[in-house]
Amino acid sequence: MELEANERGRPEDIKAVPVRHPGRWIAATITLVAAASVGWSFLNNPRAQWGVFGDWFFSQRVLDGVLTTIELTAVSMAIGLALGIILAVMRQSANPVLRSISWFYIWLFRGTPLLVQLIFWFNIAALYPQIRFGVPFGGPALFSGSANTVITATVAAYLALSLNEGAYMAEIVRAGLLSVDEGQNEAAEALGLSRFQTMRHVVLPQAMRVIVPPTGNETINMLKTTSLVFVLGQVLDLLTTVQLIYAANYKVIPLLLVASAWYLILTSVLYVGQYYLERRFGRGTSRNLPPTPRQRLIAAWRKWRPVHEGVAA
Amino acid sequence: MSSLPPISGITEHGTVMVKAEGVHKRFGALEVLKGIDLQVAKGEVMCILGPSGSGKSTFLRCINHLEAINAGRLSVDGELVGYTQKGELLHTLREKDIASARSRIGMVFQRFNLFPHMTAEQNVMLAPMKVQGLGKAESRARAAKLLDRVGLGDRGHSYPAQLSGGQQQRVAIARALAMEPKLMLFDEPTSALDPELVGEVLNVMRDLAKEGMTMIVVTHEIGFAKAAADTVVFMDEGVVVESGDPRSVLDNPQHDRTKLFLREVS
Repeated sequence: MELEANERGRPEDIKAVPVRHPGRWIAATITLVAAASVGWSFLNNPRAQWGVFGDWFFSQRVLDGVLTTIELTAVSMAIGLALGIILAVMRQSANPVLRSISWFYIWLFRGTPLLVQLIFWFNIAALYPQIRFGVPFGGPALFSGSANTVITATVAAYLALSLNEGAYMAEIVRAGLLSVDEGQNEAAEALGLSRFQTMRHVVLPQAMRVIVPPTGNETINMLKTTSLVFVLGQVLDLLTTVQLIYAANYKVIPLLLVASAWYLILTSVLYVGQYYLERRFGRGTSRNLPPTPRQRLIAAWRKWRPVHEGVAA
Repeated sequence: MSSLPPISGITEHGTVMVKAEGVHKRFGALEVLKGIDLQVAKGEVMCILGPSGSGKSTFLRCINHLEAINAGRLSVDGELVGYTQKGELLHTLREKDIASARSRIGMVFQRFNLFPHMTAEQNVMLAPMKVQGLGKAESRARAAKLLDRVGLGDRGHSYPAQLSGGQQQRVAIARALAMEPKLMLFDEPTSALDPELVGEVLNVMRDLAKEGMTMIVVTHEIGFAKAAADTVVFMDEGVVVESGDPRSVLDNPQHDRTKLFLREVS
């Protein structure tokens, strides 16, 4: 076939008729109709009692519960992350005692159910009625108190959640540290940086790229896992709060919907946070960072506008 | 190595920058260096050639103690590398003393090893700030000067991924120079580069040599060795096969192994 050259001596751009995909349209229609019917029946089911949902959604008790859930998540994740970094660095230490202790910790906390740990910490008074800090092996004490007053339900919840999280974070941080090229260590050491400085300024910032995505998952997980504290009955997180409410008014489903909606809202906020964190720690790995949703919106608008304005004119 | 020279000879200050005497290095059962004896004078440029696996990179890494030697003596500017001698006994140096010794020896790697999460400027500024305790403004001024010197004055804010291989290696050279080293080690600095980018790196190195920097360069670039080296060393299977001025070693090699190697690379 003879190619017809345009005025610049270059063949014309190809303008081909695209392949039609009728199967795609059919599948999309069926799925949409099915989803819409499920949604419609759910929203129109009188037993969902959306009025009750509305009454409780912004009630002070539920909002307090949401706040407690956020506090439990944030504090336990922060302590868990700090513990995880310490354990991961210990795991790579040249000191065999530190290595073994770190291994043992991870083995212990990953190997027992969190629910068991929660109940265990809550009942620690049965094992140690008195808690004291001071000189070990029976020396003088700096601090001591009855375990029942020191380890309240809230303290037990924080202990169980953050100590357990530490074990999981340790593995995530370790994977991150191992992902950094050995040449980075050598280059930093050759410049005269100490091992601590190398970790702090060279290895950890690069490990973060690998650490952040699973940590985001862990945080979302933690948000939902905090609901386990309902077994203690005294920590007024979101789930415990709605349970206490429906125990009194028997509106089980609408109140569970209230809790679910709040959990969904909170995890959605975390999604957004995770996206921007990953962007930040991706610096230097890709030549061009992917656009933020806002930049994407603006770009899409610019692309759309001239075409349609052109048509109007 | 029964006939080690007297240890007192190591402590001479003055003209000798690097002195290796009977240096051995083993990795498990594999003996990589089998007794290296070398001297590098201050201001001298030494090029080490040899087939891969000959131990030349390992020897370079021993000089700043990235690898610890198993036998022999190795000193830089009159100080033992990695050890200190008290009476008859060698004591392992503390980590911070090793770090401070390393800080005056610049090293450039085959794979650049720039810190990818920092801009070119930040790469150069890191060690002066953290190791020498230099202020931010001063470090930045030093970085700007050095990047300018390697021809990258306008790329300070680029991340390594945004630079070509040749540019990255020049940043790596600037980073090493930022610590004001008395000795520069180059470990096959152009081997990972596309052929058309080799020249820009070698030019920077040639300028450095002209300014009197003491340099040890492990390389396959015969042309560079001819033009810039004061001494060429040919290594094979963990020993120095021959050494001397570039003309005699490269144009008139005495050993068959050297002749064979030169025929293969040229």
